[in-house]
Amino acid sequence: MAEKIGVYVCHCGTNIAQTVDCKRVVDYASALPNVTVAREYQYMCSDPGQDLIKKDIKELGLTRVVVASCSPLMHEPTFRRAVEEAGLNQFLFQMANIREQCSWISENKERATEQAKSIVAAAVKRVEFQESLDVKKVPVNPNVLIVGGGITGIEAALQIADSGKKVYLVEKEPTIGGYMARFDKTFPTLDCAACILTPKMVSVGQHPNIELLSYSDVIGFSGYVGNFTARIRRRAKYVEEEECSGCGLCTEKCPVSVPSEFDCGLGKRKAIYRPFPQAVPNVPVIDKDHCLYFTKGVCKVCQKFCPRGAINFEQKETYTDLQVGTAILATGFGLFDASKVKQYGYGRLPNVITSLEFERFSHASGPTGGKILLKNGQMPTSIAILHCIGSRDTNFNEYCSRVCCMYSMKIAHLAHEKTGARVYEFYIDIRAFGKGYEEFYKRILEEETTFIRGKAAEVTDVPQTPAEKGKLVVVAEDTLLGIVRRVPVDMVVLSVGFEPRKDTIETARIFSISRSQDGFFLERHPKLAPVSTASDGIFIAGACQGPKDIPDSVAQGAAAAANALSLIDRKEVTLEPTVAFIDEKSCSGCKICIGLCAYNAITFDETKKVSKVNDALCKGCGVCVAACPSGAIEQRNFTDNQLLAEVESICATGK
Amino acid sequence: MEFSYYPGCSLEGMNKAYDKSARLVSKELGIELTELNDWNCCGASAYMSIQELRAHLLSARNLALAEKEKKDLAVVCPACLTTLTKSNRYMGEDPKLRRTIASALKAANLQYLGTVKVRHLLEVIVRDIGEQEVKAKVSRPLSDLKVAPYYGCQFTRPFGDFDDKEFPVMLDTLLKWLGAEPVNFPLRAKCCGGMLMTTNEPVGLGLVKSLLDCAAQNGAECVATICPLCHITLEAYQGNVNKRFATSYELPTLYFTQLMGLAFGFNRKELGINEELISSKHILAKHVEAV
Repeated sequence: MAEKIGVYVCHCGTNIAQTVDCKRVVDYASALPNVTVAREYQYMCSDPGQDLIKKDIKELGLTRVVVASCSPLMHEPTFRRAVEEAGLNQFLFQMANIREQCSWISENKERATEQAKSIVAAAVKRVEFQESLDVKKVPVNPNVLIVGGGITGIEAALQIADSGKKVYLVEKEPTIGGYMARFDKTFPTLDCAACILTPKMVSVGQHPNIELLSYSDVIGFSGYVGNFTARIRRRAKYVEEEECSGCGLCTEKCPVSVPSEFDCGLGKRKAIYRPFPQAVPNVPVIDKDHCLYFTKGVCKVCQKFCPRGAINFEQKETYTDLQVGTAILATGFGLFDASKVKQYGYGRLPNVITSLEFERFSHASGPTGGKILLKNGQMPTSIAILHCIGSRDTNFNEYCSRVCCMYSMKIAHLAHEKTGARVYEFYIDIRAFGKGYEEFYKRILEEETTFIRGKAAEVTDVPQTPAEKGKLVVVAEDTLLGIVRRVPVDMVVLSVGFEPRKDTIETARIFSISRSQDGFFLERHPKLAPVSTASDGIFIAGACQGPKDIPDSVAQGAAAAANALSLIDRKEVTLEPTVAFIDEKSCSGCKICIGLCAYNAITFDETKKVSKVNDALCKGCGVCVAACPSGAIEQRNFTDNQLLAEVESICATGK
Repeated sequence: MEFSYYPGCSLEGMNKAYDKSARLVSKELGIELTELNDWNCCGASAYMSIQELRAHLLSARNLALAEKEKKDLAVVCPACLTTLTKSNRYMGEDPKLRRTIASALKAANLQYLGTVKVRHLLEVIVRDIGEQEVKAKVSRPLSDLKVAPYYGCQFTRPFGDFDDKEFPVMLDTLLKWLGAEPVNFPLRAKCCGGMLMTTNEPVGLGLVKSLLDCAAQNGAECVATICPLCHITLEAYQGNVNKRFATSYELPTLYFTQLMGLAFGFNRKELGINEELISSKHILAKHVEAV
């Protein structure tokens, strides 16, 4: 029996109708084989528009529907729902894109109309071959995996745990806290970073619903939305977490001192150490590379002094598998390596430091106890802060790191407050975009910080005048005055930008998510789905998605938590049935498809010697379909006869 | 290792010694330089800013000639390096420019497909020849000769992906292989003032002075150059600097190839070291045996 097809051409206001003669498209479609009805309407996506379709399905007994309007990304779900509500399977519907792929890219009405006709004809041809497909439902495991214990991960973990759901928080370092734990003050309010962060860290440590796995990495992640398995490697701390009371005696007695990573190498730590006093968990770890017992086989002083016998040199790394329904990646960022920009002399000229090093100097529990000091132990009388180091620079990262303008001004304030030094800011543009930020900028201006609009060209110790002798001279073109300025100072702070972490590629691979051109994780939609990824059930939050300040990171952490909770509370999720399937009779068992599948969705059936697709894991990308040398794989709703019908029609009508 | 060799205009005149020493040390290291037949002006100097297309055409003709030889092009003048590389890149990236140039070349029965690489001899020596082979040729190390390594503005900027663009170090590396001691010379890639001498001499002299100050303060006994213009400017204008600023500089300037030649055991005459304006005799007598 021939199909009864309804075709609906949308004007999209003037978006389509201005360039496409919709009336002619409708007349053309009415005459196509098997088309029972063709109509046009101003907004097909509106309720009256959808009602047209529903009414025709019921009254005319339509068996197939084509809507010619915008991209399926916009309204395919809308029309699928409408069709389903009228009693037709949603996969018996096809969308013809005559907006993005026709009216918007054409200026010639005649040609656009012909093109629209061709696109509609192809959809009509294709829809005839489409089949009813059933949508599968699977239950959602309510446990959540959060990767990264910086402020973003902490916020997400607390939001979810407070709602009564179980959270596994995995952190690479011995403690949570991330970069924020290393900052002195936060802009624009100048709250002490630790004062607002550590209560949250303690809450994480004590929360009954949060299982904190510090000093651990996610090394594998498989499954599908609602039902993931995460493989975790727990590195050996050589300290039994349950036994340790965090008294700190071991650290006190340890005879080995090495540069502290937490202090950017400016201060020292012991071989058994906590990165900082308020660490959570409050359990030290032994640095195997420097511990005398591990390097020379002697010492064990920590073990002797530990009152609870918590030191265990025999501890081994362990592996655990966690069952979770959703995952939130809050893996944070890396900092640009300032030594790459040779003209600023970082690593070559003493007293050229990075902004993070300044934070550590300024921090009360930092290596100088909060004093800003030069290498010779004296206080600087003049300080220059250089913006955009590694950012907005075609030689390094083209993007703006967003936070540096603001933290540079915070540094200006702290530097001035602590040393009385004259402070200069060399900037390209001031980007004070957030709430209270412009006001903070004004405040810093009033504190007599000298703002010089010009990216520093170089920092040199070669004097040209007696006043420059023994100083660091910042050379920049002052673009407001149109002159080259040479400003001699005692200390230069390089405001280094954000970069994707070095392990971003590996993390993206483990979780099968994409990265954007700048290397950060890619969100599903830059505006409308900022914490979702292309993989259902995996969310991203904070600076792993792109440079972000603390308020934005916290907001994203909470947003990702809400996304995860919404999924959990749905209790079950639907799986798209547009997956690949293998015709066992044609499969030669070559396994090419298995190696190509990015989602590990294909396995090999050893008894039948054929490949098999796991419907739940398949994302319908189509790679295996294209690669199969024997043509044994097809994808539902993208079958050969459907695609060929579409292509043949375009070849016959298109120009 | 074979290259077409593009000496450039200055090596035929004022900088003959650079040409002489470059050919000599290349031969010693097994780099076969064959002078490009019928080469013309590279298109540098003021040409590029006034008649850009014509400058590209000049450059492209040289590249087309080199392509005919099926060899990469070795140059020693950083201005030639920059201009030839620029035309090479622009033709690759801009189809319109490529077509315009192609039709001009056609009139001269030439064509350019874009296969030639333009290399500076210093980069070839440091990266392709390498430490082991250079050191093996050193028969008379320049023991502890304190040298200011001077790269000038154009060696790595803007196209020098082979070294740090703002703070190149390749010459330092080579000098160490020769037994010399490169001194801290932060002005290594700064302007020599050469282009300013005819239009604004006071500014140009100021730049030369800051270079000399920096070299002297860091204990340099001579300056090693890789650019003909830097070389002439530093050498020929020292007298004017001394007059204007009441200084008394007599800092010898030597091409990096001359220093290499010395270390390889060639005599001063072969390397054109007797031709310089400021004698290096005294420092070489101190550090290099039997020159």
